[in-house]
Amino acid sequence: MPPAKGGTLIIGLGNQYRRDDAVGLTVARHLKEAAPAHVRVLEESGEGTALIDSWQGADTVILIDAVHSGAKPGAVRRFDAHGQPIPTRFFHYSTHAFGVAEAIELARVLGQLPPRLIVYGIEGKTFEAGLGLSPEVEKAAQEVVERVLGDLCCNHHLPGVSVLI
Amino acid sequence: MKSRTIKVDYLARVEGEGALYVKISDNKVKDVKFKIWEPPRLFEAFLRGRNYSEAPDITARICGICPIAYQMSSAHAMEAAFGVTVDPQVRALRRLIYCGEWIESHPLHVYLLHAPDFLGYENAIQAAQDHPEIVQRGLQLKKVGNDLMAFLGGREIHPINIRVGGFYKVPTKQGFAPFIEKLKWARDAALETVRWTATLPFPDFEQDYEFVALRHPDEYAITEGRLVSNKGLDIAISEYDDHFVEEHVAHANALRSTHKGRGAYHVGPLARYNLNFDKLSPLAQQAARDAGFGPVCRNPFKSIVVRSVETVYACDEALRIIDQYEMPEKPAVEVQPRAATGHGCTEAPRGILYHRYRLDAQGVILDAKIVAPTSQNQKCIESDLWQFVPKYIDLPTEELTWRCEQAIRNYDPCISCATHFLKLHIERD
Repeated sequence: MPPAKGGTLIIGLGNQYRRDDAVGLTVARHLKEAAPAHVRVLEESGEGTALIDSWQGADTVILIDAVHSGAKPGAVRRFDAHGQPIPTRFFHYSTHAFGVAEAIELARVLGQLPPRLIVYGIEGKTFEAGLGLSPEVEKAAQEVVERVLGDLCCNHHLPGVSVLI
Repeated sequence: MKSRTIKVDYLARVEGEGALYVKISDNKVKDVKFKIWEPPRLFEAFLRGRNYSEAPDITARICGICPIAYQMSSAHAMEAAFGVTVDPQVRALRRLIYCGEWIESHPLHVYLLHAPDFLGYENAIQAAQDHPEIVQRGLQLKKVGNDLMAFLGGREIHPINIRVGGFYKVPTKQGFAPFIEKLKWARDAALETVRWTATLPFPDFEQDYEFVALRHPDEYAITEGRLVSNKGLDIAISEYDDHFVEEHVAHANALRSTHKGRGAYHVGPLARYNLNFDKLSPLAQQAARDAGFGPVCRNPFKSIVVRSVETVYACDEALRIIDQYEMPEKPAVEVQPRAATGHGCTEAPRGILYHRYRLDAQGVILDAKIVAPTSQNQKCIESDLWQFVPKYIDLPTEELTWRCEQAIRNYDPCISCATHFLKLHIERD
């Protein structure tokens, strides 16, 4: 069910059984507790077309996903989708042929991007089958929870360009 | 001696990640390797020591595209082990949610992953710039499948409502009311998809495959039946291991399945269509015939049309099931564990998905075996390339590489099921 028009939506992406790939889900679960009641929080696998469906009607959308770019495990990147295209290879660790980056770029072409879309990518260390996050990634999850809460409280003046850390 | 190697390190538009390597020497194909990465059997190890009731939910996580297939094959295996028969309406609901998965999965491949190959685009994003209405139709069609899965499954990705013995909750008949119009629209959109895909340009490439699929006397087999082939196979699913063997190949982490006597075999939409055309609904059969397709199709590139025909069928069948549905008294039957081995095999969108579990008297899993459709098609994909590359050997490397990728995508390979990652790799010196 899409949020009411103008609503804020947080989507954590990942696979619970793929170690650090679950970090987006972990962040979403923390935010379910910590975010203001009017903010809707979803957990998804990262299949792109389902994402486009999920954010229909939302005003501000914050996505959190694990990435694999060769950076240090636990490194956090933050993109403003309206500020730049999302590099597809960055979210390459998705098991989906049509993943997060593709969904964002397809939605851009079809005019279906939410008015505000922030993407957090957390560098994973291991994506093998199994449960539990690496310590570096667990720590990054806490950091992203804080940063998303910051985004929520400053929702009226989100930066128009990406902020990279 | 002139030689070249075609390498594609990263196969685009396949589920997961894999690699293709083709070695060409003296204008002849010398080697073809379809590589699959990742330790393959971790989920099987993961299942050992778990309770039987956990298998549907755990295995559903193997694939985000076809979780229902995993849930059904595992639930059926457990029910077979414990001698459980589900209520006929529960069986119908399972077939219905499976139709949802086909309606969700087939248009994703047809519109977003496969069609760009035929239209000359690098990807669906480019295609959407020129043909937004076509891509939108695909997205909307897929969404009907998602909605049906979410309604019956609790949510569309990794549904949580399916259990050994039935469902946790079943809907009232009235609950389906919103789906009737949606499914009628989807059926029309699927018919339009058949007409559209039939106009795409197909290479002239037919192979004498051994098609393997479930066959059921009363229906287009999805959730149950006997395993049959066009080369004489006709076995109960519990005899699967007597006829098929998994071999480990050095270049792929996934195990590759072969028929013990005859080698490569082909599973998926094309296999089902060739073996069960007579069981498609009259509307789906007519859609195929109107598009110039008879009951036999051996060109794997035309699988895009066959997927579209199966989408028509899935919509048609979903409407039939909803029309005849009556809410069962109980959502599930009691399950009494016993020491036994159970087999489950259902038609995932990409082909047969086989599960086997050995259980102790308390229902604890002692041993699990899961054979995904892509690992069964892997050898077929390689043998297609052995035949296909010589036909196009004079093309520039870049174009030949693209043709090879297209040939692999005919199978909608789900490497995330067979393993996790796949890369593609072709090389000419």
